[in-house]
Amino acid sequence: MNMLVYLIPIALLMGGIGLAAFLWSLKSGQYDDMDGAAWRVITDDDDHPSS
Amino acid sequence: MSCCAAGSEAALDLERSAALLPSSEEIRLASRDLGEGLFQVDFSVPGVHCGTCITSIETALKRVPAVERARVNLSTRRVGVVWRAKRPAEGPLIDADAGPVFEDTGLDPVELARAIASTGYSCHLFTPQDAASDLLLKQLIRAVAVSGFAAANIMLLSVSVWSGADASTRDLFHWISALIAAPALIYGGRFFYQSAWAVLRHGRSNMDVPIAIGITLSYFSSLWETIHHGEHAYFDATASLLFFLLIGRALDHMMRDRARSAISGLARLNPRGATVVGADGSRDYRLVDDIKIGEIVAISAGERIALDGVVVDGASDLDVSIVNGESAPRTVGPGDTVQAGTLSLTGSLTVRATAQARDSFLSEIIRLMEAAEGGKARYRRIADRAAQLYAPVVHLLALSSFIVWGLYDGDWKHALMVAIAVLIITCPCALGLAVPVVQVVAAGKLFQRGIMVKDGSAMERLALIDAIAFDKTGTLTLGRPVPVDIGKVNPDMVAIAAGLAAHSRHPLSQSLWRAATGNLLRGPVRSIAGVKEIPGSGVEAEAPEGRYRLGNRRFALGLNASEADGPALSEVLLSLNGYGLACFRFEDSLRPGAEAVIADLRGEGLRLAVLSGDRSPVVSALAARLGIEEQQAELSPADKARFCASEQQAGRHLLMVGDGINDAPALSAAYVSMAPATAADVGRQAADFVFMHDGLDAVPFAIDVSKKAGQLIRENFALAIGYNVFAVPVALLGYATPLIAAVAMSTSSLIVVANALRLNGASGLVRRKGKGAVPPVVLRDVPGLAI
Repeated sequence: MNMLVYLIPIALLMGGIGLAAFLWSLKSGQYDDMDGAAWRVITDDDDHPSS
Repeated sequence: MSCCAAGSEAALDLERSAALLPSSEEIRLASRDLGEGLFQVDFSVPGVHCGTCITSIETALKRVPAVERARVNLSTRRVGVVWRAKRPAEGPLIDADAGPVFEDTGLDPVELARAIASTGYSCHLFTPQDAASDLLLKQLIRAVAVSGFAAANIMLLSVSVWSGADASTRDLFHWISALIAAPALIYGGRFFYQSAWAVLRHGRSNMDVPIAIGITLSYFSSLWETIHHGEHAYFDATASLLFFLLIGRALDHMMRDRARSAISGLARLNPRGATVVGADGSRDYRLVDDIKIGEIVAISAGERIALDGVVVDGASDLDVSIVNGESAPRTVGPGDTVQAGTLSLTGSLTVRATAQARDSFLSEIIRLMEAAEGGKARYRRIADRAAQLYAPVVHLLALSSFIVWGLYDGDWKHALMVAIAVLIITCPCALGLAVPVVQVVAAGKLFQRGIMVKDGSAMERLALIDAIAFDKTGTLTLGRPVPVDIGKVNPDMVAIAAGLAAHSRHPLSQSLWRAATGNLLRGPVRSIAGVKEIPGSGVEAEAPEGRYRLGNRRFALGLNASEADGPALSEVLLSLNGYGLACFRFEDSLRPGAEAVIADLRGEGLRLAVLSGDRSPVVSALAARLGIEEQQAELSPADKARFCASEQQAGRHLLMVGDGINDAPALSAAYVSMAPATAADVGRQAADFVFMHDGLDAVPFAIDVSKKAGQLIRENFALAIGYNVFAVPVALLGYATPLIAAVAMSTSSLIVVANALRLNGASGLVRRKGKGAVPPVVLRDVPGLAI
């Protein structure tokens, strides 16, 4: 029983982190162009902004 | 190597298409100010389809010095460009109080469009118009995520309760579940509550009413159980129901959204403004809405006429395909009336406006379309029809179980619990998923073949059709004249003619040039300088050996006689000093595979008809060639719409396939409609389906997929109802436990989804014969008109 006091918050926290990560990725536009991202991987030019 | 054909043909086309690019004023009007002198503008580039396309467009854009960022979105076929219109001035100009001073970078925004065009892709301005719909999708996906989190965690706790937790642990878990479920219910459930409330207020019912009642009751009865230390808590059912239903809702929305953005993004090239010539000769670019009757508007070669008017000065050939759907250009001179939306091909004109933009020919068409909106509005989606039956049955069932149990054992609390269990079990989870999943899969399948569907009900309607009406020019034919027997003409003559034709924007010249340099002949083109275009006649040029002329018979041979030119779209002559050298004959070509497709469709027992605005002999010739018996020629846009409406009234389900603006009212009036991507913008907006490839085989393919989808939807309904037949008696007898509810609900949802996915592997669909590779999307460079 005592274990549950730790384990349940830990489980919820981990789930919450996953949820937050998903919401963040949604907000930052990671799902905006699913097809384009697949192609960009195999084009060999330097896709980084010039640093 | 790249699959993109862009490039080779584009080199010479570039000069021509430059005039079809959005003007810098239009780009300026459409761009968003990001602050600090940065502007963003979105172009729609329908031709991109692979990694090489992305790279070449982005590289070309980044080479423009003022461009800060350029990113191609392959899914939406759009390019977002951020460019610097102003930069902070350097040095002593900076005033600490006034902030940095900005100076213009001097970039003409049309450079951006030109950079894209230089890679060989046609580009159009994209005006975001569905921002609200995008936002709703984002909200739905967020709600799916939140309810998914809640469902997973509550399920975790429920599993340990089911596997035998002691009473105090069970209570604790129930309380935690209640705490997790409450925010999810509010955040995720609001979509259903809003929708249910909206229809209940009007005294109607939809699928959201039983959903809203189901999730609310299950939550509050579970809360009540928890407070009284009971064991029948349905929090897991509440959360997982919400999760599955929101997935269905998000899919439904996504499907409608995707196609819509692709279609509306293709072209909105109606001139937003025009150059007004003042009394003192001043030139002023103004929005069309601000131009008054009687003002003089200058239109240069290659520009669209923005308003109805009368030609004051100049001569030109007009591309009037937008008005009558035919590709033969019309020659106009002073005193002729011109209609808004037509394209001046060969010469510049000054036009006195006789109507304001809102009274123009185009607005008339739009009014016709609005009046015609009939069959589609009356159609009720399968899901709504099912809900109409389902909701009352379920509610009656729950009510009667409550009364019967109450009277039977006198324990009204138990009776209430049974009634609630019935409502939870029958909550239309699988029904909510059954339709959208199938439609999303079907739409994806169509999308792969270059067919875009505007909304799910279009597929339901397409599956029911019993007759098809085709427009002629641009639909059964490509609407492009093609020279016949060009191979028999002396290649030297072809080289000269192509050299002359390269300088003209006239459709016959363009077609001649394309045929001469295209795949079939690949002949040399003699480059000829100093080519002069004479509107309404042809082109001429001085060469060492004399004066070459390419044009109609009268012009080329220098005849004075005003003999009839014959059919407008027929022949072009090449002459040297008035002596005829070669004659090129033209014919509009059928769409690839048109004959086979028509035969196919007739084989399926569909009634076929041709509706055309063209002259009667031409239409009968084509109809006879394709074997279509029913035909109507010389129809006005209103006649076509009337034909569709009368079919509708006769209770027949007509599919209209058409492309021109003149077809737009018919496209809206028909039960369901399809348009090629080469259609005018209004036509595309009015149609339910838009197909991107040249071949007409998109029509039987779309019908086939729609029928398969309809079949799967019915199967899914049968599965969902079959599950209820099994589960409802269990609930009615009072044996339903939260475990049974959760298991039954999840499995029924999964089965429905799995069944929908069968469409992907479905065999027996019409396959493209012969050709392995699907050609890249071909779009006619004719800009459309925006509504």
